[in-house]
Amino acid sequence: MPYATHSDAERSAMLDAVGVSDPDALFDIPESVRFDGDYGIDAHSERETRAAVEGILDESPDLTEFLGGGHYDHYVPSVVDHLSLRSEFLTSYTQYQPEITQGFLQALFEFQSLVVELTGLGVANCSMYDRATALGEAALLADRVRQSSGEIVLVPDDLPDRVRSVLDNYTDGPGIGVDTYPTSEGTVDVDALADRVDDEVSLIYAATPNARGVLEPNLDAVGDLADDHDALFCVGSDAVALSVLEPPESYGADIVVGDAGVLGLPTTYGMGLGLFACREDFLRQVPGRLVGISEDDADNRAYTLTLQTREQHIRRERATSNICTNQAWLALRAAIHAAWLGPDGLTGLAEECVTGIREACERIDALDGFTAPVYDGHHFREALIDTDESAAAVVERCREAGLALRTVDDGGEERLAVCVTDTNRENVDALIDALAPEREVSAV
Amino acid sequence: MSQERRERPDGADGASDPPHQQTRWYAGGQYEPLLSEKRSETVAVESSLPDDLTRDELTLPAPAEPEVARHYTRLSQMNFGIESGSIPLGSCTMKYNPKFTEDVAAHPGNRVHPLRADADKQGILHLLYDLQETLATIGGMDAVTLQPPAGAAGEFTGIQVAKAYHDANGDDRNEVIVPESAHGTNFASAAMAGYDVVELPSNEAGRVEVDALEAAVSDDTALLMLTNPNTLGLFERSIEEIAEIVHDAGGLLYYDGANLNSLLGKARPGDMGFDIMHFNLHKTFATPHGGGGPGQGPIGVGADLAPFLPTPQVRETDDGYETYAPEHSIGRVHEFMGNWLVLVKAYAYILRHGDEGLENVSETAVLNANYLASQIEYEVPYGPFHHEFVASANADAGDVAKSMLDYGVHPPTTKWPEIVDEALMTEPTETESKARLDDLAAAFNAVAEMDADDLTETPRTTTARRIDQASAARNPRLSWHALE
Repeated sequence: MPYATHSDAERSAMLDAVGVSDPDALFDIPESVRFDGDYGIDAHSERETRAAVEGILDESPDLTEFLGGGHYDHYVPSVVDHLSLRSEFLTSYTQYQPEITQGFLQALFEFQSLVVELTGLGVANCSMYDRATALGEAALLADRVRQSSGEIVLVPDDLPDRVRSVLDNYTDGPGIGVDTYPTSEGTVDVDALADRVDDEVSLIYAATPNARGVLEPNLDAVGDLADDHDALFCVGSDAVALSVLEPPESYGADIVVGDAGVLGLPTTYGMGLGLFACREDFLRQVPGRLVGISEDDADNRAYTLTLQTREQHIRRERATSNICTNQAWLALRAAIHAAWLGPDGLTGLAEECVTGIREACERIDALDGFTAPVYDGHHFREALIDTDESAAAVVERCREAGLALRTVDDGGEERLAVCVTDTNRENVDALIDALAPEREVSAV
Repeated sequence: MSQERRERPDGADGASDPPHQQTRWYAGGQYEPLLSEKRSETVAVESSLPDDLTRDELTLPAPAEPEVARHYTRLSQMNFGIESGSIPLGSCTMKYNPKFTEDVAAHPGNRVHPLRADADKQGILHLLYDLQETLATIGGMDAVTLQPPAGAAGEFTGIQVAKAYHDANGDDRNEVIVPESAHGTNFASAAMAGYDVVELPSNEAGRVEVDALEAAVSDDTALLMLTNPNTLGLFERSIEEIAEIVHDAGGLLYYDGANLNSLLGKARPGDMGFDIMHFNLHKTFATPHGGGGPGQGPIGVGADLAPFLPTPQVRETDDGYETYAPEHSIGRVHEFMGNWLVLVKAYAYILRHGDEGLENVSETAVLNANYLASQIEYEVPYGPFHHEFVASANADAGDVAKSMLDYGVHPPTTKWPEIVDEALMTEPTETESKARLDDLAAAFNAVAEMDADDLTETPRTTTARRIDQASAARNPRLSWHALE
């Protein structure tokens, strides 16, 4: 066994102490359910294992990605890896013994504080799995605090199917209905929403930037509609966008969900760090872990997991969620990344997300046969683009140039989606060449 | 804040003298200020966006990189991981994690966007396919989804799959049966899926009482959730009879994989009659727990349930690998495929060990638990046990835990399962050496000799002295804004 720690002599001594000659004798398993086969897995040396796994991973081509769609790549500074990979952090467990885990508790407390600052809301938890499960938990929270009114969650019709599907699973148990409201011209259609919302609605969700990359201009009106119907207003966003956008609390958000993995988390096939914040009134209904300040016996400030009577290990079937393992280490990474950026760095990164896609759209729009962006409005990181040829054919042409793009079904229209951040901005030239290999115009 | 230097515990009578100097978290009572207390800045937000979309200002810490490095290095020194010492937390399987898996996770081939076309992520799909097939073999299951991002998410997924299966059969069932000793997540996941929870009492041997189970099952039973060995470390020897009772009533049997670390190479949940199971990759297959996550909780199912698994699934074709949606898929439980890096690390771990290595993991885990139990001066009711045991403290288990902190070890899980008085649920895992197990036993035994008053004075050598958790809940201060 690769990580065996016993010498033969130690093993014998231990077997003697427990009174058996063979460890197999310690397995109290009836013969009839004993496994007498083998898995057929060969053991490998560390070098062989690395080579084998890395060889498999290398089967994916090296492409420059313009994909976005809820999963965004930003440069993660080296300091994040070096500090978060310190084994005292990486190999620790949930902080059930706070006296020896003050370091991680303080880091999580600082993460919560960051999310509170970004959202303007009073309470943030230590993490959710991803933005989709965070939205699912928001729907469950709304159902718990709005039991007297209705049980319908309203989401925009541009909510990606991937997110909707997770929401459907979360709302299935309590029988919460999920319904869509229309968007028009790429943003929430407030009048249509006003027609749709009634007192059966427990939660209205809107994202900014939305699924088309557009920053929603009228969220205060959505907040008013929610208020008028005793529904909660849940805003979806991300930790970078929130650094420059108006804090959602200021226009009436009761809950903010979304993605905090835009800080500290490179593109790793969709790993997430869900953020979840809400008004202080809902403190005892918050899902997931919370770190609070207390004092120790020497009257020093100390941190501890708190309000654990909401959690599954205490409250069991009456818990606010079933969460046990969450995304703590990724929250640590996000906190380190945010600290490294500071407020100037963070807002600067957000501005790159605005100017990067704006400039890319200007250049694409100048190409014959392309319209970019499809929708007016201010974009953040990504935009939809129309072409006068098949969007799939354009994607294939880009693929041959080593660029990964995607198409989206936008209300029946197949369109291109393009995402530009600090990590692929320098590749926009290549994108322009690939989009229109013979049609680049000089005046931009 | 007072910064007084604290005394180490006195070793006058030897009883409270730590067996070795492992109190790494002790730092002379020096606390690390919050970053916001060191250097915070309010900046006016300058943006090319219009004013009505943007905030006026943003206030956040603004440390330079050297300060960032020192802050988090200091915080890490105030934290205890498996490489700081033993963490014999029952049911949590806190084993040493091989270092090389971190390097594999850092390989550039992991940096793939989840929305790439299948043809452009063959490496990812190849690994997903191999891992799902390997886990199916290890679990004795017909199909596996790798999507759920944690063990509890796996439970929820499994229950949703079971519900979809019953629904497809026109079978309306509203109850999930859970033994009283089960993990809290079982109860919470069942409730989250909309089921009524029926609690099943344990018998005098700490196992499922077959008569009680017969009384509990009915046409309403959707699922029985069990872990085997159970949370007392005891193998449910009547598992085939249990499966028959549940199946005869039309219910399904769910295996909680938290205790799989004691079965590798020895038994498979599928062979015991389980229809659905989850794997805790971060436990059994050694991924660092990261202070509470990320984890990953794939589920395995029998052939009848495979069409209901989440989408996407991965299959092998003549041209490579492709994703597809199972015919009656429940949809998604995570936007993408959960925590990819945990999958990579688990796959590397399995490949490194092979059949023999994995069986040895379980043999050594079980030997270590039995050896430690034989060396401590506490009552260990029930038995024989597998990879974990539950000792009964002759004092408040919470006090015992705090006192153990002074011996440089993380204490066991306390006061759970509740069927043992003042429970100390202990799981040393296979990566603890005999010397460390002897240290652990010495810590247990030294604390056993302390009198009740001394116990409440502990811990004395940790970063923080005993923390008032009640006041944290009474007066919630959950961000640095609460300090303003």
